[in-house]
Amino acid sequence: MAPRKFSEPTDRILGTRPVEVRRYGAFIRVNHWFGAICFVLLMLSGFALFHPSFFGLTALFGGGQTTRWIHPFLGIALVISFAAMFIQLVRLNILRREDLVWTAHIADVITGHEERLPELGKYNFGQKVVFWGMFWLILALVATGIPMWVQYFPDLVSIPTRRIAILIHSISAVLIVLVFILHVFAALWTRGTIRAMTRGTVTGGWAWLHHRKWLRELAGRRGTNAAE
Amino acid sequence: MTTPPNMAAFNPPVQPGQSVLGQQAVVRSSAGGPVAENPVQLPEVAKLIDISKCIGCKACQSACAEWNDTHPEIGVNVGIYENPHDLTAEMYTLMRFAEYDNPDSGDFEWLIRKDGCMHCADPGCLKACPAPGAIVQYSNGIVDFISENCIGCGYCISGCPFDIPRMHPTKHVVKKCTLCSDRVAVGQGPACAKACPTQAISFGTKDDMKTLAAERIEDLKSRGYDEAGLYDPAGVDGTHVMYVLQHADRPHVYSGLPDAPQISDVVEGWKGPTKPIGLAAVGVAAVGAAAMGVLSRGSRITEHEEREAEGLVETTPAASDDRGHI
Ligand code: SF4
Ligand code: SF4
Ligand code: SF4
Repeated sequence: MAPRKFSEPTDRILGTRPVEVRRYGAFIRVNHWFGAICFVLLMLSGFALFHPSFFGLTALFGGGQTTRWIHPFLGIALVISFAAMFIQLVRLNILRREDLVWTAHIADVITGHEERLPELGKYNFGQKVVFWGMFWLILALVATGIPMWVQYFPDLVSIPTRRIAILIHSISAVLIVLVFILHVFAALWTRGTIRAMTRGTVTGGWAWLHHRKWLRELAGRRGTNAAE
Repeated sequence: MTTPPNMAAFNPPVQPGQSVLGQQAVVRSSAGGPVAENPVQLPEVAKLIDISKCIGCKACQSACAEWNDTHPEIGVNVGIYENPHDLTAEMYTLMRFAEYDNPDSGDFEWLIRKDGCMHCADPGCLKACPAPGAIVQYSNGIVDFISENCIGCGYCISGCPFDIPRMHPTKHVVKKCTLCSDRVAVGQGPACAKACPTQAISFGTKDDMKTLAAERIEDLKSRGYDEAGLYDPAGVDGTHVMYVLQHADRPHVYSGLPDAPQISDVVEGWKGPTKPIGLAAVGVAAVGAAAMGVLSRGSRITEHEEREAEGLVETTPAASDDRGHI
């Protein structure tokens, strides 16, 4: 059996005329939207504590005390959700040589000349940047967030260390919001992407244009999948 | 018009007074909280703690708990007089007993310092606080925590260069010495100063307290304490609780009183550049992404690509992987 190099076991071609490809299973989609909701709530509550001009956002959570209380729990929920996603997606997000070529031709991506680009597996460099950016920043946020959680860990670190933790937490928060903006923008800009996370499928044309190696591999496995 | 600060030793007036420390005297407020438009200008006050006079009787500590109606837990004696073992949300002031072997004179000295909020002119707690109006400073210099507005995040604890505020474990608000703002507001001195039997604690205008300190320092110097001096650290623009120290050249021997306190650079960075730069970055990214989303047509899939995909799927020998299974 050919090794699965560019695809997940659950990825498969569902129809041929027109081609329809399953990109994400039900669990990952539900988990994705759960994580997304946590992220947005974290962002809103975090902004409220980040800058006084956003303190009014605490009203969404029922006041300052609740915002302070709920923000770290949302963070824990996001960590669990992301950990599950990480385990499922990490293999196909490892950087490969063609990612560098793709990045060097980023202008062709924006101007719509994907024919000048190397063929890609399930993820392109931009998607991998979002994946690893989220990974490292969530790690930094949780590692610094725990010692900031005075209610449960008041004496975990000394005050000078906690100051550094708070500074890193704020900077990481800004960076992760930037990654989030990139993620949302790219998903909207690349038409046909959102349905991968709503319906779980993409069209053949989308797969052919953006992730041809992935499509090739799935096409080559059709029989295998059916036999399973 | 305004009630002048009182020397705490005298009895307060008995006729009802009017509080002068309301919103009308607020000159600074955390996270852009409300300040008075034309703040009532009160004379700057200060509490002067003369360490050379203190006998460690803890009358001030008891008076503080009584006046503020706090209920510190019953402590455990571990063989030293320090009790409780640290400041708590129920104990705003604490006598710290340092046993000091003076390397110069070879003498043993017992340095007893009354620890508590210093009421900094430039308060790190106020700077760090994200809740509007949770920490205020009055025009007389007193820094007060307004519990109704406190959200219990503890940022002030990280902001304070003196390690003073403490989180209340059940109320989830932060507490510290108020300099008895409620008493001062009606012309009385702080409870601790009032209770002190040796008058090691004095209270009055900051100018008067500096004059008093100068007399005390002169006296100490005449007794051989050449380095006696006033602790009113410039790094926080001075404080409204000052110490007369026998060894003003080394404050750290007094149970770790900071030699040169100032708001940490990390806190300044966190509360300073990080916020505007961070917000600008997020704003530019969001607006840029929205603009590009609106102006560009995005990457679209055409019929051509769909045909190509169909061709690819159909011409790929699907059975190639299957050969072994037939
Ligand atoms: S000593 Fe600490 S708590 Fe007191 S005013 Fe200064 S910074 Fe605030
Ligand atoms: S704990 Fe309260 S007073 Fe301290 S910084 Fe947070 S909101 Fe402000
Ligand atoms: S000024 Fe008042 S609150 Fe502060 S230590 Fe003295 S008695 Fe306690």
